[in-house]
Amino acid sequence: MEPATAIRPVPVLRIEASAGWRALRLAEIWAYRELLFFLVWRDIKVRYKHTVLGAGWAIVQPLFTMVVFTVFFGRLARMPSDGVPYPVFSYAALVPWTQFATGLAQSANSLVGGAHLVRKVYFPRVLLPLGEVTASLIDLLPALAVLVALMLFYGIAPSARCLALPVFLLVSVTTCLGAGLWLAALNVEYRDVRYLLPFMVQFWLFATPVAYPSSLLSPAWRVVYGVNPMASVVDGFRWSLLGAPPPPLAMFAVSAVTATALLISGLFYFRRVERTFADTL
Amino acid sequence: MHDIAIDCHDLSKRYRLGDGEPYRALRDTIASAWRRGDREAAQDARHIWAVRDLSVQIRTGEIVGIIGRNGAGKSAFLRILSRITEPTSGYADIHGAIGSLLEVGTGFHPELTGRDNIFLNGSILGMPMAQIRRRFDEIVAFSEIERFIDTPVKKYSSGMYVRLAFAVAAHLDTEILLVDEVLAVGDAAFQRKCLGKIQDVCSTGRTVLFVSHSMAAVASLCTRALYMSAGRVLLDSDVPTAIGAYLNDTMPSSVAFESRTPNVEIARIAMKAAGPGRYLVPLAPTTLAIDFVARRAIPDLSFRIAIDSADGTRLMAIDSWVSATGARCNAGDAGSLAVEFDALPLNPGRYRLRVWAHSFLTDIWDEVPDVYPIEVYEAVTPLYREFEPHTHGPLAARVTVTTTAAAGVPLS
Repeated sequence: MEPATAIRPVPVLRIEASAGWRALRLAEIWAYRELLFFLVWRDIKVRYKHTVLGAGWAIVQPLFTMVVFTVFFGRLARMPSDGVPYPVFSYAALVPWTQFATGLAQSANSLVGGAHLVRKVYFPRVLLPLGEVTASLIDLLPALAVLVALMLFYGIAPSARCLALPVFLLVSVTTCLGAGLWLAALNVEYRDVRYLLPFMVQFWLFATPVAYPSSLLSPAWRVVYGVNPMASVVDGFRWSLLGAPPPPLAMFAVSAVTATALLISGLFYFRRVERTFADTL
Repeated sequence: MHDIAIDCHDLSKRYRLGDGEPYRALRDTIASAWRRGDREAAQDARHIWAVRDLSVQIRTGEIVGIIGRNGAGKSAFLRILSRITEPTSGYADIHGAIGSLLEVGTGFHPELTGRDNIFLNGSILGMPMAQIRRRFDEIVAFSEIERFIDTPVKKYSSGMYVRLAFAVAAHLDTEILLVDEVLAVGDAAFQRKCLGKIQDVCSTGRTVLFVSHSMAAVASLCTRALYMSAGRVLLDSDVPTAIGAYLNDTMPSSVAFESRTPNVEIARIAMKAAGPGRYLVPLAPTTLAIDFVARRAIPDLSFRIAIDSADGTRLMAIDSWVSATGARCNAGDAGSLAVEFDALPLNPGRYRLRVWAHSFLTDIWDEVPDVYPIEVYEAVTPLYREFEPHTHGPLAARVTVTTTAAAGVPLS
């Protein structure tokens, strides 16, 4: 036993009501990284239990969408595809898009779905949407492998531009987490989000050049188009993997700023309303 | 080490009373933006203070029991201290790492194996991975489910599930521990083991806040007790005094009901210990009073009183006609029956009292359909210490046991 007089610096934690905007306390998220790991690990482990295809579902979803797009947009509508075979053109966009759409939907539901945790234990609530977005990244890997196979099939050799891929992925994840934080927090108080979400994802899909090339737009409009960061992500994927024309730098800059703004505002909004989660859920 | 572990100043928590849906639809928010004035006015009536102006200091190493009725604010208090919810006003300073067990098995996933769930649950409770790994074998041994550790927990019996869940929780060792009613899991043997584990935890100089409805657990673990009611601390004292005050307030002084019997109406039943504390403890002098009204003229009214265990087993029956002559009543006469026990022969637990009205001459046998629940508590307070029984099982007795052996005769 330590003598009671021994002075040891003990951290003091003050619990009190807070008002308005609060500090993000990102250091605390780092301190809880092990829990984040376990939440992601749980999601991955449980996701494909009792399914025949297992992790194959991560491939099936973009692959079948690609087939449908190829038949309707590629063959019937004769959509231009920046000189790349249409199947691989659309699949290269569907890979980041599927990750984005899954991550967005899962993180939007993460607080409502994890209500039992929020009501019973303390941890930075950001971990729940953050965990879902991280888990959606894991699904990206098998889908990327299929993309590489598809490229080889169409005789498209990977080039050094591949190294730029993480940059575009970062923009995608930033957008996904930013929008996911907003939706997850709003979903706690306004369950309307649940009904809004499918519309939103569908609308966002058409607003992203997945089935069509963004080169259809005039250069000036493409910069405005960058307000949807996923447009730059898709263009970036096609450029770095397939050798399609790169997204204009101005467009990419607009996207990067939009994505960052979405994430920062999402984090602040989330922190602001976080204190009522346990009472509302 | 800091002398004070938890320091609360005017801690208050207000909840909005639910109007069915705890969450709002977007249109309500839009609609209410127009009539903000009305809302402010209606606000006070639609809120409830779960915790109100609570100021208390917990010293390092204290084991504090928090007792009180459901809705007294005990759990809300722990939720504030564990940072699940923010106080509405006031503050609390926490000196040291804090962990909370508000439930066993938080975050258990049915599809995952016992092994996986130990890691997941431990991590959710705030244990570092290295610590879980180090204490893994200990946790498994405590849970007694070694053979099923790689089976998904959805295949577990509910007993196995809570044993595993408690085993993880019991190995959380933060300097300050908040525990809410998690001992009430598993069968009696496992509950004793849990209590023993918590006792070990308490004896290591940890600060523990312990919410429980089990007075026996509070009495055996805690060094201090807070008796809460309506969000406030009514009494902050030594354990026996707080328990005594709580039990006295909890004891229904009597139960009034319409007995729906044709010949004799039972208006009131009251059972209480004689003396300063009214709650029932084993072997204490106890009185049972029944007030009745005769609905018709009965020349020889008498009663049977029976005490059953919670599962319906008859433990004893008392027929008033054996020891007293019946009462002569006219229609509408009120009367009362008193039964005095020198020493209530019941051990702590819940029992059911049943009453029949009887007359030989008019051939009445009215059974009161309602049962009167009685609860016997442990004699944990100084007032009643002398009534500690010597027996297990439902029946209490004070017995003298002597074992003799003839000198020099070996066992053969």
